[in-house]
Amino acid sequence: MVAHPDLQTQFDLRVAEDQRIEPKDWMPEPYRRTLVRQISQHAHSEIVGMLPEGNWITRAPSLRRKAVLLAKVQDEAGHGLYLYSAAETLGTSREQMIDDLHSGKAKYSSIFNYPTLSWADMGAIGWLVDGAAIMNQVPLCRTSYGPYARAMVRICKEESFHQRQGYEIMMTLAKGSEAQRAMAQDALNRWWWPVLMMFGPKDDESPNTALSMQWKIKRFTNDELRQKFVDATVPQAEYLNLSIPDPDLKWNEARGHYDFGPINWDEFWEVVKGNGPCNRQRLEARRKAHEEGEWVREAAIAYAIKRKMKSEK
Amino acid sequence: MDTQWPLWEVFIRSKQGLDHKHVGSLHAADAQMAMENARDVYTRRREGVSIWVVESKHIHASNPDEQESFFDPADDKAYRHPTFYQVPDSLTHI
Repeated sequence: MVAHPDLQTQFDLRVAEDQRIEPKDWMPEPYRRTLVRQISQHAHSEIVGMLPEGNWITRAPSLRRKAVLLAKVQDEAGHGLYLYSAAETLGTSREQMIDDLHSGKAKYSSIFNYPTLSWADMGAIGWLVDGAAIMNQVPLCRTSYGPYARAMVRICKEESFHQRQGYEIMMTLAKGSEAQRAMAQDALNRWWWPVLMMFGPKDDESPNTALSMQWKIKRFTNDELRQKFVDATVPQAEYLNLSIPDPDLKWNEARGHYDFGPINWDEFWEVVKGNGPCNRQRLEARRKAHEEGEWVREAAIAYAIKRKMKSEK
Repeated sequence: MDTQWPLWEVFIRSKQGLDHKHVGSLHAADAQMAMENARDVYTRRREGVSIWVVESKHIHASNPDEQESFFDPADDKAYRHPTFYQVPDSLTHI
């Protein structure tokens, strides 16, 4: 990047002054690459994230729950599209991003490689997975790249409903029969640790964090966000009278935070590498949808061309 | 065959009396599909009363590298602002 000392200085100054970088502004190549990776990964997570919940739409326990779940999954499709559109402003194409997802080159959040075994998982996902996503996303509303920040503002406005509907499901189950309580507790047991992994590797093992912080793409480190999430969530679990599956979890007066037990990072890396319980199934579902939709995309183009020719006659 | 639909920019009037504002982009085969997709992607919560869609290739943007020279004709014309003129404090409605 020494080739453009003036442009680099101008860029650094702009970031330091908390100004936004816009699509046509000069930016260092590593900044652009990091953004494409992060934004497309984020978009893929929204799209793949529709699958575990889509699994329960037809089996929702009431019409109200079904309408709500459908609306939530539609929002996720929308969030994926806002983010793909933000990434495209960096010069990458939609096909490239989708190819990278399907070939396994691009990642998505490891959380969506876990199965949704019971209806209570819809509650746990909304409450915990969306809760963790919000922790991560709120600071991204101030991220240094303009189109990403604006997409995040729109997403955050919609995300709060996702978390609250999930908590409402958990409240209903937690106040219900013994079997319903057990379902809620089982969902919390299965989702708790994978949700803590959503924030990514520990700071000292996260190679991208330092640069991302310097560029103000990220505003908090993985460990800071994870701690904020634990602190916010423990009282919510207490209200439900459910227990968090961590014997080491306790309030630390001196730190003013909850201490929590060690995360199983071997499991995290296995899931990232593609060996989680549902990795293959998720990618297969995405590929199938894309391939089987091909004729629709072609037909729409053919129809648009035909109409244009007719109107020009 | 390339099955990627063209890119469209979406502008939304959030309520009557306000300007249309750029909100993002999407892919669609034609204007009608772009309009319907824009409604589904950008106005799921009644965020708009009117939508414009424009194919992205039709938008021409100023060059940020020339930002300073391009906008500098306005730099030295402070007399275009009301605060350039001194009037007595005791006067009102001016």
